[in-house]
Amino acid sequence: MGILDFLKRKPEPTAAVAKERLRIIVAQERSTRGAPDYLPLLRNELLEVIKKYVNVDLEAININVERDSGHEILELSVALPETAAAKTS
Amino acid sequence: MTAEIIVVTSGKGGVGKTTTSASLATGLAMSGKKVAVIDFDVGLRNLDLIMGCERRVVYDFVNVVHSEATLKQALIKDKRYENLYVLAASQTRDKDALTQEGVEKVLEELGKEGFDYVVCDSPAGIEKGAHLAMYFADHAVVVVNPEVSSVRDSDRILGLLASKTRRAERGDGAIKQHLLLTRYNPARVAVGEMLSVKDVEEILGINVVGVIPESENVLAASNAGVPVILDDNSFAGQAYSDTVARILGEERAMRFLEVPKKGFFQRVFGG
Repeated sequence: MGILDFLKRKPEPTAAVAKERLRIIVAQERSTRGAPDYLPLLRNELLEVIKKYVNVDLEAININVERDSGHEILELSVALPETAAAKTS
Repeated sequence: MTAEIIVVTSGKGGVGKTTTSASLATGLAMSGKKVAVIDFDVGLRNLDLIMGCERRVVYDFVNVVHSEATLKQALIKDKRYENLYVLAASQTRDKDALTQEGVEKVLEELGKEGFDYVVCDSPAGIEKGAHLAMYFADHAVVVVNPEVSSVRDSDRILGLLASKTRRAERGDGAIKQHLLLTRYNPARVAVGEMLSVKDVEEILGINVVGVIPESENVLAASNAGVPVILDDNSFAGQAYSDTVARILGEERAMRFLEVPKKGFFQRVFGG
């Protein structure tokens, strides 16, 4: 560090944020890789339907296709918000 | 005889594919191999400029694919190494000018002509040109910058290399994947402003084959039409030499990952 360095405005250390964001998005994209092309569409349409009853956002829906020997399993999970029960009643 | 085919790819544009293709091809030629480097970026010819042979392009890759010229006529011999040849991209706007059969024919002919290596400089993106550049590859050099969009795109490319290539389709064994980190700035990494080598390796789950430091010599080299690997005085040039040696199977320690030591005046006045 030079004595004149304080004159230069330093950007924030943001590499850790970049790493965390990448870790999540890369893992997510890998899990859907090789899955049928209709999955994102299916996910969006399901979201629309679920939204009619419960207010959830896109991130609450998780779709996975798992391959076993001879068959595939389409796994769908929806994380309902804690207040969901109150709203639907 | 078949040539070893190496694709240089990245997904994202502007990360250093053409710079890497030029230096990789030149480095392989310097080690005595017979090398051809092909520009797959149909419509946007650029490799010829980086190799410094832009005024000697008469016929191009598409001309050979369409049998409008022979391979011999279209291969441009490098001025510096007689065992190095460039095959320029066409400037046609026809996106379908390249076909899988056409590319295969050219690659086979290069093998018959005794070429040891063919370096395929892929266009950006994941469309036809990029697909054709990687389809026949034995090795892939995935160029990545320490930056979020580039890292994400390279993961996508690594996935495509593992599934959408001839080796993958035939079950001939996987393509050898080499991750090359370019435009690396150790000073910014040291203060946490830039993803480190380790960060990128962890995210992508693959080790780097080389790290090319960000360097003003890269622009100077492309200005002059001389592949930066020929600039022995530059860190970038030396890092490319190390990288080529590693791709050829040699063990070499990583260099230029630390902040260069500053001299007295720099320490006092910064910079």
